[in-house]
Amino acid sequence: MASILRIIAQRLALGLLTLFVVSIVIFTAVNLLPGDFAQAILGQGATPEAIEAIRNDLGLNDPPLTRYMQWLGGAIQGDLGNSFAQANFASFAGTDTGSGLASVASQVAPRFENTMFLAGVTAMIAVPIAVTLGVLAALYRNSIFDRAANVMTLSSISSPEFFMAYVLILFLAVLNPILPSLSNIYEGMDFSERLTKTLLPALTLTLVVTAHMMRMTRAAIINLLASPYIEMARLKGISPMRVIVKHALPNALAPIINVIALNLAYLITGVVVVEVVFVYPGIGQLFVDSVKIRDIPVVQACCLIFAAAYILLNLMADILSIISNPRLRHPK
Amino acid sequence: MTRISRRGLLKTGAAAGVLAATGMPAMAMPKRGGTLRLGIAGANSSDSWDSRTHSDTYMIMAAHGAVFDTLTQVAADGQLIGELAESWEASADAKTWTFNLRKGVTFHNGKAFGADDVIESLQMHVAEGAKSAAKPIVEPITEMKKMGDHQVQMTLKAGNADFPFLMSDYHLCMYPAGQVEEAIAKGIGTGLYKVESFDPGVRTTLKRVDSHYKDGKEGWFDAVEMVAINDGAARMNALMTGQIDALNRVDYKTEPLMRANPMVNIFEVTGNQHYTFPMLTNVSPLDNVNIRKALKHGVNRQEMVDKILQGHGAVSADNPIGPANQYFHKDLAPLAYDPDKAKYYLKQAGMDSLTIDLSASDAGFPGAVDAAQLYQASAKSGGVNINVIQEPNDGYWSNVWLKKPWCACYWSGRATEDWMFSTAYEMGVPWNDSHWDNARFQELLVVARAELDADKRRGMYHEMQELISTEGGTVIPMYANSVDANSTKLANSGTIGNVFQMDNGRIIERWWFA
Repeated sequence: MASILRIIAQRLALGLLTLFVVSIVIFTAVNLLPGDFAQAILGQGATPEAIEAIRNDLGLNDPPLTRYMQWLGGAIQGDLGNSFAQANFASFAGTDTGSGLASVASQVAPRFENTMFLAGVTAMIAVPIAVTLGVLAALYRNSIFDRAANVMTLSSISSPEFFMAYVLILFLAVLNPILPSLSNIYEGMDFSERLTKTLLPALTLTLVVTAHMMRMTRAAIINLLASPYIEMARLKGISPMRVIVKHALPNALAPIINVIALNLAYLITGVVVVEVVFVYPGIGQLFVDSVKIRDIPVVQACCLIFAAAYILLNLMADILSIISNPRLRHPK
Repeated sequence: MTRISRRGLLKTGAAAGVLAATGMPAMAMPKRGGTLRLGIAGANSSDSWDSRTHSDTYMIMAAHGAVFDTLTQVAADGQLIGELAESWEASADAKTWTFNLRKGVTFHNGKAFGADDVIESLQMHVAEGAKSAAKPIVEPITEMKKMGDHQVQMTLKAGNADFPFLMSDYHLCMYPAGQVEEAIAKGIGTGLYKVESFDPGVRTTLKRVDSHYKDGKEGWFDAVEMVAINDGAARMNALMTGQIDALNRVDYKTEPLMRANPMVNIFEVTGNQHYTFPMLTNVSPLDNVNIRKALKHGVNRQEMVDKILQGHGAVSADNPIGPANQYFHKDLAPLAYDPDKAKYYLKQAGMDSLTIDLSASDAGFPGAVDAAQLYQASAKSGGVNINVIQEPNDGYWSNVWLKKPWCACYWSGRATEDWMFSTAYEMGVPWNDSHWDNARFQELLVVARAELDADKRRGMYHEMQELISTEGGTVIPMYANSVDANSTKLANSGTIGNVFQMDNGRIIERWWFA
């Protein structure tokens, strides 16, 4: 156990370092984009004076290094600051700057909660389906069932997300009005309604992520089926189902867990298209809005969350693989 | 239902009324009840109840069209009527305006509305450091005097006959004096609907106030839910599947599909929004009026309306004043597409052919790059070789517009002629995107502004529109319609405003469930 704790500590420290590097990369990248917040928000109404006024108010005229250090100083103390849009409104009013503004954290938090809800619902549907399909495909490999499952999952992963979304809307919302095509969930909605509204985007995402997990499960199990110990089990006369579930699956868990973790991270960070199609108020839409207007504090906060999701899920996957593997659990 | 060609309909200028009438079941008396669910594009996560920052449909509809009121408003038929002001009068030189305010009006927090609120609300736009888009309206007011609890007198720097019209601008919402910050935070106005919940860029719910000065005339819905749906397909789907009752900005490509749905009605008006190609008239060779005329003859306006707007628009005679303006010059004929005339004007300028750059990006207007390429193809036979330069969307307004000699641009238009001209055609103003400088035009602009006689003003504004059309530096091929849609469960008075999309943004106040 001590070794696991040491690994966790090590990986978390490395994770923090990664977050730091990510924040530098994002900051530089957003600064390299043509245009800045002042130009983006003013659009056609951009006069040199108005641009200058906004840049002065937001400190955009300071050298990038100064601005980054200011942001970093706040972020280390857990203060992600105010978004440019909010700060700009405060200066519009000509009144207070700072207090009473919605902070980045309070803007991002409810959106992140929604994203986690969608990811959770999708995982609940997709992971059991993918693993079961994978096991069955391994069991009946090269059969009609195996091929059909492969063709179906591969074609759903090969189609763009928005296409799958529209196909589902067409069949489940327009032609047969079973589910709502509008997933505008909001605070105070009761759970069952929230779940109904989330179902279509969750199904879309399920179609997108299932193939990857199912194929990996199938491949990992088939890989093991050639091992001598499986042959031994077979010679004992155990049924094929039992061979796979009891003997092969436990040893195939490590790669399966890894691919599941990767897909969960994708569900948190990469679902902006699905959010837009279903009008789901998740973090992706906020992120894209913010990149569009070059609102660096919000972009930074979202990127940190995305990076943290990848780091934590990968860490979890590694730890679970270690726990699932006695040789790694008790290293010599 | 008889079939009427869309274009023929628009030409009559009566599009709004007729379309509404043909698409609607027999008019019934309005009745109270129901929750209106709207799917609206043009929402941002940075939205707030501060009307100084409003620029897009969602907040304009929520604030100006439901929660807040202005002093005056433009009725669906284009007439200026009082909202919080009951009446107004001007001095002979149009410099001093006295507004008599409605009595017995209260804000949603119970505070009574009066002269102080007007003065403080208008001053918000010129406060130190404030960057209100309505600053040019309020700045010329030199003095605001409280003549009584319900009377305000405003004195202007120079006479302006349109002043009451300007008071209907959606930025000039009335806030409770002394509580402005709280009112901005919570959305406290005098409107028919009060705010129940507000999630910027996501969802807003409103509830009808119990009693209101518009009772019996407007405000039929009990409650309103406004969902922000910026994605076109998602908005259309939501209406087709009955999850919302109305939406704005119908996607031209899916419009025929929506028209085929018996549960959906499309309503379309031609207003002042126009797409332009401004040339800098002080840059060679565009400083030569013959070159400009050659270019104006080189564009096939009808083709642009058909292909870029898919028919949802009307040709323009290079006129920035649109059908929703009071003194719109209806008889001004658009220059015909005529390559021979283009060649003739090139000859007049001493040239056989001309090669010129046209900078375009879809930030200029939707389809601007395609429009520039159409222009290139049509102008070629007139000896004009247009070299289309595709510019990036990012920074288009800062780096291309007002900088490159010829580019693509759009204007949503203004409620009054003077406002449009003094924003984009007055000598020396920052957004004069053609650097247009014409002595006669400038003279008329100043005189017409203070003229209270409607006939004389009409004459002057017609002359100004002719001047811009024949000699100006802006090619204005078309007016773009606003195309919105509603469920057939909704009904309206039969007249739909054409100043702004969604019945001037007032669908919440004016419509009802049939």
